[in-house]
This record gives sequence, C-alpha cells and structure tokens, in this order.
Amino acid sequence: MSITLNHISKRFGNFAALDNINLEIPEGELVALLGPSGCGKTTLLRIIAGLEQADRGQVLLNGSDVTDQPVKNRQIGFVFQHYALFRHMTVFDNIAFGLRVKSRKERPSEAKIQEKVHALLNLVQLDWLADRFPDQLSGGQRQRIALARALAVEPSVLLLDEPFGALDASVRKDLRLWLRHLHHELNVTSIFVTHDQEEAMEVASQIVVLNHGKIEQKGSPSEIYDSPNNDFVSRFIGHTNVFQLEQGDSVWLAGAGISINDPKGIIAHVRPHNIQVEKPQDPANAPVYLKDWQHLGAIIRLELSKDGTNGKATTIFAEMPNEQFRELALNKGDRVSLHIKHAHWFN
Amino acid sequence: MPQSHIMPGFRPTLGFTLFYLALIVLIPLSALVFKSMQLSLDQYWDILTNARVQASFRVSFVSALIAAGIAALFGFIIAWTLVRYPFPGKRLFDALIDLPFALPTAVAGIVLAAIYEPNGWIGRIVMDTLGVQIAYKPLGIVFALIFIGLPFVVRTVEPVLQEFDTAMEEAAASLGANRLQTFIRIILPNILPATLTGFALAFARGVGEYGSVIFIAGNMPYVSEIVPLLIITKLEQYDYAGATAIGLTMLIISFLLLLLVNALQWWVRRCSGQL
Repeated sequence: MSITLNHISKRFGNFAALDNINLEIPEGELVALLGPSGCGKTTLLRIIAGLEQADRGQVLLNGSDVTDQPVKNRQIGFVFQHYALFRHMTVFDNIAFGLRVKSRKERPSEAKIQEKVHALLNLVQLDWLADRFPDQLSGGQRQRIALARALAVEPSVLLLDEPFGALDASVRKDLRLWLRHLHHELNVTSIFVTHDQEEAMEVASQIVVLNHGKIEQKGSPSEIYDSPNNDFVSRFIGHTNVFQLEQGDSVWLAGAGISINDPKGIIAHVRPHNIQVEKPQDPANAPVYLKDWQHLGAIIRLELSKDGTNGKATTIFAEMPNEQFRELALNKGDRVSLHIKHAHWFN
Repeated sequence: MPQSHIMPGFRPTLGFTLFYLALIVLIPLSALVFKSMQLSLDQYWDILTNARVQASFRVSFVSALIAAGIAALFGFIIAWTLVRYPFPGKRLFDALIDLPFALPTAVAGIVLAAIYEPNGWIGRIVMDTLGVQIAYKPLGIVFALIFIGLPFVVRTVEPVLQEFDTAMEEAAASLGANRLQTFIRIILPNILPATLTGFALAFARGVGEYGSVIFIAGNMPYVSEIVPLLIITKLEQYDYAGATAIGLTMLIISFLLLLLVNALQWWVRRCSGQL
C-alpha cells in the first residue's frame, strides 16, 4: 500500500515537532526515517499509524484519506521501540491476539489461528518459544515476536519504531540483515525510524532524512551518500572533512587539486575516502604530516595534521585500503601531499 | 561454617524481627488461644452455635465482603482517574483519599451516621426517593466499611497502574482491538492482582472494624450487631471465656480467608505469567 503525507504539521506547545511534511512512499518500499533525536521522526511514524493526530495535514493510505480513522481501522502493523509485548500472555497468545479480537464474522477458527501463529513463529524462527512469557525472552527474541505479532493481522503497512535501538551490537547486525530478507519475502510497504545512519544505509531502500521537523532529503542510500542536498545531510551521513574557504583553505585546496577559480559554495565537504594520500615530491614544502592512524579492518583511517595559515593545526581524516597503506610505508610524523578527488560544496 | 551474606546485619535484623513478631503479634494471639482453652469443646461449641453469635458472624463477614467488593470496584475507578487524567485539584483529591486512614474511626462513624440517618442530609433524600433507610441498618455497616476500605484499594492499585506500559494499549489498538477488548484483555489482567490485594486488605480491615461501625449500625442483636461489638458486650458481662472463644474463631476464619485470597492472587499471577 502506498503512503502519502500532505502538509503534515504537529506542535507540542511552542515546539514544532513537524513542519509541513510532504512525502510520497510507493508500495513495497522499505523506508528509513533518519534523523537526530528530537527531529520528529517518531512523531511522524505515530501520525502515520494513527497513534497521534497531526494538527494539520492529511495521511493517505493507498490514496484514501485516513486522517480521521483510528489506529485499529488503518490496517497497519506497528512494532514498538520496547516491543510492548503483552506481559500476561504467552508468546503464542501474543501473536494470536490480533486474530482473536476480530469480530465473530471475520475471526478465523481456532485451528486456523493455531496454524497461522505457528507459521509466523516459523517465519521468525522462534517456534520453540510458543509457550514462554515475554519476560523470559532475550531482547532479540522479543523484537522478532513483536514483529510476528504485528504481521499476524496481515497489515498493508508495517511501521517500526527504532526496531534495533534496544539491542546489543551483534544481535542488531543479524536482525538488520534478517529484516531486509523478511521485507524481500513479504514485500509489504515498511517504514522504520532510526537515528543510526549506518543502519539506515544498510537496511533501507529509501532514506528520508529529517531535521528539526523538516525533510532535508529523500532518496536511495547511494543518492543520499553521494550527492547530499545540503550541509546537514552531508555531515549526518558518514564521515566528512569540512573546509571553509574564508578561513584561508583556498590556496591549500588549490594545491590539493581542487579548483577554486569558480567556487560552487563557501564550504567544501570531502569524504575521507576521496582524499588520496601520496608521498610528496618536495617534503619540505608539504603542509600536511601523518599524526596517527587507526586500523579499521579492510580500511586504514589516517589522522593528518595540516598547518593552518593562522598557526592553528587542523585535523583531516583520510581513508585508504589496507594494502595501499602498506605500500606507502608511512611512519608517524612523515610529510605527505594530498590530492582531493571529489568535494561537495555548500553555502 | 556460617553462611556469609552480602548485606551485613542479617543476625541483628532477623533477631529484631522475631522479637517484634513475638512480642506484638504472637504472644497476644497465643494468649487468646490459651484463654479459650479454659473452655471444654462442648462449651466452645455451645457459644459458637448460639443464634445471636452466629447472626453477628454473618453480619460481620457478609458486610465486610460486600463492602470490600464495592471498595475494590470504586477504588479501581478512582485510582484509574488519578493516574490517567490530569484535572484541576488532582493533588488535593489525591491527599483526601488517605483521610480515612488518619481520621479517628469514631469520628468517621458519627459523621457517617449523622449524614445517612433518616433525617440526615443524604439519608433523607435516599429515604424519600428510594424508601431505603441506610443508617441503623445492616446497609449502614456496609457504607461505613466502604469508607474505611477504599484507601486500601486505591493505594495498592495506583502504583501498579502508574507502571503499566501504555504502549501495550497502543499495541492492542494497532492489532484491531476496540477499547473494551483492550480493557478486558490487556489492562484488567495486569491490574487484577493488585486489585485483589487491595480487596483483601479492605476485607481484613472491614471484618475487624469497630469504631466507625457501631455508631451507624444500630447494633440490633440478630440484625446489625457485628462480632467485635459482641465481644465487647461479653467482656462487659465478665464472660471472658465467651469473648475469647468468639475472638479465636474470628481469628481463624480471617486467617483462612486471607489465605484463600492469597492463593487466588497467586493463581491470577500465574495465569498471567507474572510468576
């Protein structure tokens, strides 16, 4: 089911949580609402679900206006940040809940419910936990049960609030991949909220970057990473070096291979992997030296120090593959020359 | 080798607890048992099968049961209102709940009697409209016991409601449950054990309540005479053995009922996965 948001605004007192949000999500996408905490992403998700009312604007599901429909009529599956499993029910009863509260006409027979719940438990690979209570499960298990419970009512939209937020790092990694596969299998339009850009890049097919209640950029992970719309998105997604032209970086940037005759802005953002580090031909005049470096697995991160024009040193980060770093055979304190392959310009 | 504990002071605190329990609870209660032993079983039986004594047991336990039931229902609603909704004067209202704890029970009894008697403020209205007399009837006892029992329920249910994760309600709604289904299937099972505790406390207090009841009960033998009053009456007639026999029986019945309520609580908790 496609989701359309028209001019959604929401205020909490004097604080504008959401300011005129317009968004179109086609059917079958797996969308990440990404932003720093307090940017309004969870509020937006709750408004789509009907758990919260917007002050202004419309929510359309599959083209029909559901703005005034309560959550129970919207056919959405919602997975809560802390799962909100029913503590007094077994895992089985939790998943069966959505089927058992249906009106007598729509309610499937008990045998059908059994069958369906076990199918869902198999889908989340936890069939052996059917008779346990939520308090007896680990975080990752609860998360998957919460998902199975939401899927039981065959929602046309799946909404997940910080689905991996409360899990430890290794479980989170597994679940991300698993969620992607699951979405592939079910192909139900899904939106999840996250503040973790890595998670958004890894899981989502589309990313919506939010800040201060506004959409900063919307696009595929590649679009967001490779061509950020503005200063905020560029800083928020991945690492970046920031050079400000007015601080006298222009001469140096020119030396590093970036033309500043026709500047496209006043701030240049350079991704660490877009900086090529070379042995200088004239070490005495090279303005940059290697201060330190960190081994990040396949990649080495170099911490470079550049003498500023006003005497202040600035730190620049560059990244390169392991082998390349070994070939360069650099030591701490060695002078290097830089070549910037690509920069994003902002005003 | 003595077992070592992480928390120091196990022995003095256990010693103090046992000493306290013995001095304040066990010795007086065993004195009760001891005193009643002066009676032979036949005498004991005679006292208990006396029609007036049996009537008073019925009055005490039935009215305490009804009152605790009503207090549980109303207390739940009050706790719900206090936890869920903001309204002006909420703090004041919240403080008023505890008043029956603090008020001398005799004062409460006199006030209740004055209001609910046939010529009293509310008593007159009820008398005129429904033709029902509250004070000086068994109904009056129930009214007094509700007054006394209510704060027990409110104060046990309130913290549990505060801790209740409202996301569970949202989850139920998102799964298609209507409000009634959400309440019955999600909220109630989580709050029921606390409500039962409140009920048990209100009931236990109600069975033993004396001060607030005697002013409103009318104290008619066979009709509205409560067990504690009968005990006092026996004492005033220097019938110490009779008084202790009734006292002991009351102790045993109360103990058994509390055990029953606890078992019920345990069963509810187990059914709802809280054990």
